[in-house]
Amino acid sequence: MPEVPEHLLKRSRERRKALGLPVEGDDGETESTPDAPAADAGAVEPVEEVAAAASDAGESITEDKGGVPAHLLERSRKRKAALAGGGGDAAPAAAGGGGATRTATAVAAPAPTTTGPGGHTQRLLTVVKSGSIQQTRAEAQDKVHVWPHLLVLEFASILSLMAFITVFSALVKAPLLGLADVNSTPNPSKAPWYFLGLQELLKMFNPAVAGVLIPGIALGLLAITPYIDKNPSHKPSDRKFAITMMTMFLMMWAVLVIIGCFFRGPGFNFVFPWDKQGIFFEL
Amino acid sequence: MAIGNGSSNGNGHRPKIAERVAAVGDKTRSSQAWNSIFRPGSIYRKGYTDSPRNRSYVIMNNVLYHLHPVKVKRHAVKVSYTLCLGGLSFFLFILLTVTGIFLMFFYRPTVTDAYANVQNLETAVAFGSLVRNMHRWAAHLMVLSVFLHMARVFYHGAYKSPREFNWVIGIILLTLTLLLSFTGYLLPWDQLSLWAVTVGTNMMGYTPVFGNSVNYVLLGSRTISGETLLRWYVLHVLMLPFVIVIFMAVHFWRVRKDGGISGPL
Repeated sequence: MPEVPEHLLKRSRERRKALGLPVEGDDGETESTPDAPAADAGAVEPVEEVAAAASDAGESITEDKGGVPAHLLERSRKRKAALAGGGGDAAPAAAGGGGATRTATAVAAPAPTTTGPGGHTQRLLTVVKSGSIQQTRAEAQDKVHVWPHLLVLEFASILSLMAFITVFSALVKAPLLGLADVNSTPNPSKAPWYFLGLQELLKMFNPAVAGVLIPGIALGLLAITPYIDKNPSHKPSDRKFAITMMTMFLMMWAVLVIIGCFFRGPGFNFVFPWDKQGIFFEL
Repeated sequence: MAIGNGSSNGNGHRPKIAERVAAVGDKTRSSQAWNSIFRPGSIYRKGYTDSPRNRSYVIMNNVLYHLHPVKVKRHAVKVSYTLCLGGLSFFLFILLTVTGIFLMFFYRPTVTDAYANVQNLETAVAFGSLVRNMHRWAAHLMVLSVFLHMARVFYHGAYKSPREFNWVIGIILLTLTLLLSFTGYLLPWDQLSLWAVTVGTNMMGYTPVFGNSVNYVLLGSRTISGETLLRWYVLHVLMLPFVIVIFMAVHFWRVRKDGGISGPL
């Protein structure tokens, strides 16, 4: 027999007392057995009789209502009639006979007897339609195995990149100029290429704006892009504004970086890369 | 099978070399050691056959299961969709770690030694020049590939719900990549690195209100000095890689948790 928690047993005893049903283990006995045959058989029978009488009086239910099978509705109606007629003063089922399906099924049968009206050992608390508690979202998706389809591809692309870098590195030397000398400033002095857009801005704005404010705002805007762009569509045709803005943003940096790399000579003045002076750019 | 048959079949047949090799290979692959290394489903195990079940096992019983699910959407394996940019950025990071560790063996971050060490690396160390070149070019490529990866993700709208936060992490990763590249720029201690970093840090010095403090914290002194070199060395080889690895782990994990790659469009 499963262990029944103490507080439930206590509640059950109180309820039985209120309904005038025999209570086992009343005097301090904690272990109460749910199947106390003699006492319960006596208690249930009169109720059953009343129920039968009530069902004779009221019309019986034969149709399903709100998705609840007719036989359940019928049983519930009988039970309620029995309780209303049986003189159980604490019975909450006084609220009308047939009633709405919701009350019919949700009303708690008061007496925690071990068997229900039809000899059932369980009762229906409520009927919940499946749609509201579980969603089946099993849209078939076209999928392929990662091995071999994806891994082979990744392996191939890694190998080609590795080959490219090895060959390129064997052919092109990384720059190494003279020893660092704080006293001889090269002309022009250029930042690493990815910061040359900022250095370019430095020509146009005050340093605090060009060096801190603009990159700060740009990074901040970039970071919160998903929270600004509320458009749920992924289709390029629906995202013309977003795509235009981003393209302009990226192009602006690309152009600034390219100008900074190839079009700036001594004194960070404008030169053409095809001039005699050559390109003032080291990677 | 052929081994041991030689003497018993009467007419003096001796196993051929190919048969012996096959037998040894067979024995190795059924040994306990071999089977303890390669988990069930590994393509190197004895009796691997190409079946849907084994294809799943290859991933499930592999450390790659941390990166890849067993199956992906069909469009995700099209090169034209991702251009492999995210994965290649990660590969470049690994390549940079490997070559960077090699370079660390020959480099001291002091004003007197740094430049000489790099020259020594270029001239006297086996493969020193090649590895330094690879480190340099891979670093520039990584900045480029991370940037292009960001552009690709934007144009596919892949930052939209539920992937908003992973985009934010991506921007952090972009920033960390730039910082990693920039801190590495100073280390050769030649004219190029000194003045490029001077220009870069001067800009940060113009931060409103605490510009001077920012500069001092970054440089470890008023101007670029040996303190700066040590500081940027530690940032470059230890702190920034540590931080970026943590963010990368979250980034990759979120890719899977947010339902794999986005799309199709």
